[in-house]
Amino acid sequence: MSEVIYLDNNATTAVAPEVLEAILPYYREQYGNPSSMHTFGGRLAHDVQRARAQVAALFQAQDTEIVFTSCGTESDNAAIRGVLEAYPDKRHIVTTRVEHPAVLSLCRHLEKRGYRVAYLAVDNQGRLDLDALRQAIQPDTVLVSIMYANNETGTVFPVAKIGEIAKERGVAFHCDAVQAPGKLSLDLRRIPADLVSISGHKLHAPKGVGVLYIRRGTRFVPFIIGGHQERGRRGGTENVAGIVGLGRACELVLQKGEKETHYIAGLRDRLEQGILEKIPEVSINGDSEHRLASTCNVSFSYIEGEAILLKLSEQGICASSGSACTSGSLEPSHVLRAMGVPFISIHGSIRFSFSRYNTQAEVDRVLKALPPIIAELRSMSPFWANRPK
Amino acid sequence: MWDYSEKVKDHFTHPHNVGEIVNPDAVGEVGSLVCGDALKLFLKVDSRTEKISEAKFQTFGCGSAIASSSILTDMIIGKTLAEASRITNRDIAEALGGLPQEKMHCSVMGMEALEAAIANYRGQAAASHEEEEGAEIVCKCFGVTDRKIERAVRENRLKTVEEVTNYTKAGGACASCHWKIDEIIRRVWQDMGDQAQKAAEKPMTNLRRMQLVQETLDREVRPELKKDGGGLELVDIEGKVVKVRLLGMCAGCQVANFTLRDMVGKKLREFVEPDIEVVEIKE
Repeated sequence: MSEVIYLDNNATTAVAPEVLEAILPYYREQYGNPSSMHTFGGRLAHDVQRARAQVAALFQAQDTEIVFTSCGTESDNAAIRGVLEAYPDKRHIVTTRVEHPAVLSLCRHLEKRGYRVAYLAVDNQGRLDLDALRQAIQPDTVLVSIMYANNETGTVFPVAKIGEIAKERGVAFHCDAVQAPGKLSLDLRRIPADLVSISGHKLHAPKGVGVLYIRRGTRFVPFIIGGHQERGRRGGTENVAGIVGLGRACELVLQKGEKETHYIAGLRDRLEQGILEKIPEVSINGDSEHRLASTCNVSFSYIEGEAILLKLSEQGICASSGSACTSGSLEPSHVLRAMGVPFISIHGSIRFSFSRYNTQAEVDRVLKALPPIIAELRSMSPFWANRPK
Repeated sequence: MWDYSEKVKDHFTHPHNVGEIVNPDAVGEVGSLVCGDALKLFLKVDSRTEKISEAKFQTFGCGSAIASSSILTDMIIGKTLAEASRITNRDIAEALGGLPQEKMHCSVMGMEALEAAIANYRGQAAASHEEEEGAEIVCKCFGVTDRKIERAVRENRLKTVEEVTNYTKAGGACASCHWKIDEIIRRVWQDMGDQAQKAAEKPMTNLRRMQLVQETLDREVRPELKKDGGGLELVDIEGKVVKVRLLGMCAGCQVANFTLRDMVGKKLREFVEPDIEVVEIKE
């Protein structure tokens, strides 16, 4: 395969060299257990603590509000189940139709356990109606769980306002912010969220580590029960290397700041404009105004996404698709369907997602490779020949 | 990431016979935009010999849909319509060096397009499945009829709802028809079982049963048990009850019950007769 152009950063990211350097000692000589009474292990508690402070800085929060987990999905599960268990009399949850499966599948599961769930609809740009949110909250609503930015389309939800609405009504607010770090402000002094999930491998830390922020005073019953780790809120020996790496990765995000966000958005816009100029019958999915800097979700009408991905992959270009064939479930993206994207476009949707390690030269190579691929597949498609003109 | 065979990759990268035939003698069109794949097959047919002289396709779909269409055209060019009509979805999948289970429906789409084209040539209205007489739509999400499911089960010997979904897409979305698919599977297998039984009408003699039991134990059972350092002795056969003693590592093994029921019993039911029983004789 030729050199890889990795434009699938909403799926996972490369571990930053600075992060890798920070974690290697913990796989070599510093393999101790932070809970140990001997110095060899016990001193690692300081390193975990330093990482906790680095993560807390990203949230503008207190160290004690940070709980390390194994991944974003665990954080989401712990947040939702932890709050439900703390309020056993309340049986209603509000979420959206476009959440990540970590939240959506759990909510469907909870429905079978007697909970009622309101799934808020979105408009054709993937936006929420805040009045609908206000109306959805019921007297026994225990939790509102709404993502910060959508992983497929990049549409950003007004989480500060959502948090205020939840607060006014005395309902806990969990925010899946897995896609946010490095692209959106996570200043929790301004976002009144009670629980926030992030995942290490989406921000250039390794896989296998995540964070659940739990605002001080939030009622929460631990999901993983075991040892005293994480102040009793998450049992299990700490993934020291992963935690140190995630701390360093958060520090890098803060250091690089908005400059990096602009850089990523610049690459995304260059790709998007190029596609719109060079290829006919395409449409951009998502909120044109409030969109994640990393994300370009584009529909190439009349052709199917898996075929596009395979052709791109032949040239070393990595992206992803919302088509049915790539999901393994026969159904196309639940997010694009919730937005009412027509089937003619939904099957041909491709997501390109960027990171700090992408370059303009890479974008230009994609812009060169893509038009012939689209043209070839369209020339094969029975719908292209008969499209309304 | 799908594990596509080299042949699938090759036909996807360099598909054969792509395009449209101007003034075709037959056209077969299946699938739809909603479903996420569709195939339009064009044929030129020699009216005297009924040989397919030219075949072309247009496909909207994934890598394996394009590869299935491409190899189908290769398979039918030069064949008479009668010969071509005997091609099944299994033949298409085999010619491609196999397809991932979840993609078998692509080969079914190829077969259906061919059938539709042949029907079109013969002047029959291309029998869309919804219009089949007496057929009932089982899967409303993908518009799949009971007849299509029955056929896929029979021809591909499918045993689970998941397999049916892989081959026909039925049940792949809302899952509300899974119980109906389950019933169809049971019915088809019952029919096939009845037919097989009728074919082997003669009732089994005691002598024949003993022979078959011995053969099955030697061929299917003992080599398996030997791998785990165990063995089995045939003590007696009374009617349809086979009495055995477990030996070596198998005797007193924690999972002896499973060995008997799930392994020995299953093999005997498969190779001797469906209602045979096995019991363990202990010292």
